[in-house]
Amino acid sequence: MMAKLLGLPVVASQQGVSVDKLIIYMHFLMGALFVGWLAYFIYALVRFRRSRNPRANYYGVKSHASSYIEVAVALVEAFLLFGLAVPLWAKAVDKFPKASDSTVVQVVAQQFAWNFRYPGPDGIFGKQDMKYVTADNVFGVDPSDPHGKDDIQTINEMHVPLVKNPDGQYRPVIVYISSKDVIHSFKVLAMRVTQDAIPGMRIPIWFRPTREGVFQINCAQLCGNGHFGMSQGRLVVESEADYQKWLASKSAAPSASSFE
Amino acid sequence: MQATATEAFPHSGAHAAHHQEAGFLRTYVFSTDHKMIGLQYGFTALCFLLFGFFLMLMMRWQIAHPGKPVPIMGPMLASLLGNVAANGIISPDLYNSFGAMHGTIMVFLAIVPLAFAAFGNYLVPLQIGAPDMAFPRVNMASYQFYVLGGTVMFFSFFIPGGAAQAGWTSYPPLAEVVQTNGQTFWLIGMIFLISSSLLGAVNFIATVIQLRAPGMTWMRLPFFVWAQFVTAFLLLLAFPPLEAAGILQLMDKVAGTSFFLPTGLAVGGKLAHISGGGSPLLWQHLFWFLAHPEVYVLILPAMGIVAEIIANNTRKPIWGYKSLVYSVLTIGFLSFIVWAHHMYLTGMGTKIATFFQTTTMLISIPSVIILTCMFISLWGGSIRFNTPMLFVMAFLPMFGIGGLTGLPLGLSYSDIYLHDTYYVIAHFHYIVAPGTIFAIFAGIYYWFPKITGRFMNEFWGKIHFWGSLIFMNLIFQPMFAQGMAGMLRRMADGGANYSGAKTPDTVGGLSPFIMGLHTWILWAAVGLALVQIPFVINLFWSIKHGPETHSDNPWDSTTLEWQTPTPPPHGNFATAPLVYRGPYEYSVPGHERDFTPQNEPDPACEPSPA
Repeated sequence: MMAKLLGLPVVASQQGVSVDKLIIYMHFLMGALFVGWLAYFIYALVRFRRSRNPRANYYGVKSHASSYIEVAVALVEAFLLFGLAVPLWAKAVDKFPKASDSTVVQVVAQQFAWNFRYPGPDGIFGKQDMKYVTADNVFGVDPSDPHGKDDIQTINEMHVPLVKNPDGQYRPVIVYISSKDVIHSFKVLAMRVTQDAIPGMRIPIWFRPTREGVFQINCAQLCGNGHFGMSQGRLVVESEADYQKWLASKSAAPSASSFE
Repeated sequence: MQATATEAFPHSGAHAAHHQEAGFLRTYVFSTDHKMIGLQYGFTALCFLLFGFFLMLMMRWQIAHPGKPVPIMGPMLASLLGNVAANGIISPDLYNSFGAMHGTIMVFLAIVPLAFAAFGNYLVPLQIGAPDMAFPRVNMASYQFYVLGGTVMFFSFFIPGGAAQAGWTSYPPLAEVVQTNGQTFWLIGMIFLISSSLLGAVNFIATVIQLRAPGMTWMRLPFFVWAQFVTAFLLLLAFPPLEAAGILQLMDKVAGTSFFLPTGLAVGGKLAHISGGGSPLLWQHLFWFLAHPEVYVLILPAMGIVAEIIANNTRKPIWGYKSLVYSVLTIGFLSFIVWAHHMYLTGMGTKIATFFQTTTMLISIPSVIILTCMFISLWGGSIRFNTPMLFVMAFLPMFGIGGLTGLPLGLSYSDIYLHDTYYVIAHFHYIVAPGTIFAIFAGIYYWFPKITGRFMNEFWGKIHFWGSLIFMNLIFQPMFAQGMAGMLRRMADGGANYSGAKTPDTVGGLSPFIMGLHTWILWAAVGLALVQIPFVINLFWSIKHGPETHSDNPWDSTTLEWQTPTPPPHGNFATAPLVYRGPYEYSVPGHERDFTPQNEPDPACEPSPA
């Protein structure tokens, strides 16, 4: 209900729900403080206007109520910080699911598109090294590694299956994010994920999709004159059968792909 | 130390006589008088403020009507700027230039020079009872560097390729691969501006420490002076890393180094010919190590102005003076250790994120204390609602909104969603626009009578106030809604490309309502521009035609700047001031008048040594 009131868009991942909750709790605190301040403020302005109160009181407020309110606010902030924000962040960046239980995708952003890479039927990514990075090998895949031969690469199109793992939870997605030119930022609003794509670094994130659909992938970091065009990225969350069909259609295509 | 200051006074009359003979150039252009330098800063910075606002208006048109020629201004842009504005249409390149320069100009050429350099220069020596700044020539050099920096920035619009395009943050590698020399101009301009601020900062610190009048103890300083003093330390300590970083980026740009460029960069389809090995994140750390304290450089002087005007117009002492002083010192210290909260999403681990989230929440506490003290100061007052007071009263809730909306951005987990959305834009504009700029307006209306001997027109001042308040809110309030809905910053098409209407294949695109807010914001911005016209006219017209004050202290104020002739002569004080009491002795019980100036002799006590 509050999410609707704040105007948060559709949420499609497990962590998205808790991100929204934290945003909502923060806005309760903010709303309470603002309304409290404002009510006091308007009352004071009216009550102590010159025509009503011609001579000011040198001493003003003597009570310590404000100090208690101050301490209360600090305590609420401390709770939101150490009770919610820090543990949730730790879960997001430290407790990665096992790769074997997850869909693993690599992303290399470029001006102005997203390159995605899947391990292919053998389930193993080909070896990578900086020295192999060229314009048409943005992932720097070692051409001599047989595991790399069946890797699948796509542009602006990322598919993941919506399927339950044996533990009863939806299968998580791990994304390794990098860039080949300038800094971009991989943002999927519906999943409540954002991660800067930084050249020279490869940073993993993970999320657990909870509904099927086609979602936008946007670039959230100014990356040049085509920045707004990177919104053509699509994340497709689909059934296991559709996902396998899609993978098969991509592996059938010639594996030596050019991206320019 | 104090002896030097007092000794200066007997000579000050002679100084004034000597300098009155100075020619036009010495008086208005190469002046070493802190008041003239303050006015020079003020006038130049107001021009840049208008220019930065003009850039924003052009951008708002492009956002609301992407790809349509700008009405009225379009042909001028096309003829001045060439290809990037062909047919009067703002190209994405030009949009990015305007975006980068709007930020740079507003922060480094408009608000900081106004709030710190203009008000600080004019008022700090007066408020502490000094004849001038400690280093008048350094002060002049500071203004000259500022003008040089501003000139370089301004003319970068007219070079081939146009001005810088990589945001006011100038993140590499983008800043180094954008195809324009505007980026080099930006770096050189920044180096001048930083040098200017450093010269100003040392001068303020030396002045406040050394030149206080006898009896002006630390705890008798007006809060404005405290705010400026802490601000000067922020500038002095935070700017040098950025100056170094700026020079490193300049070397990357012109000398082929790669301090900020990693190995394996492939730009525009081919491998970049660079040595590599650098780190783009290093720049971000160095940049934000300045730029977060810079946020407090923007707001602390504004809080100082607000405190002065509240005390004067409630006719009672500021509540919690000591808490204010300790809070501003705490903010000054903490502001140096929160910078990486701008970088939560660069791949930050739990430990570092926890540290920066904790410091960020901590710094909200002294900020809330300051705001609370201002609010409580109203209680028991006898409030006069003149134009300066109206602006200050609007500052409080507006700054409140800006501060509160910083909370969800300050926690890394909620920032995951809100990062780089319009929510962020609305947040910091509430701090700086209806926050700091309102305080600056208040200060102009308030101290104008001291500078000219005349008031500004009250009626037009109130039109200016109510118009600005309404339009500012109509501009920035909708941006919270847009940000919550997921609209991202810095889109040259205003997000049209990924609105729900353009992407029917996806779930959760931006709704027509959210997109339609762009048009509202555009017209609110035009309205805001219109209500600035009475202000500009009022400002110049009142110099010669405003109602005369008939007094050196027309607001019945207690602080020393009002206990001088109007306008204050070279050397400031007719007789050396001695300070007997704190800054805000209004409505003291047992006194007939409701104000007791700091230098009014008190038979009961001798001025204590500073």
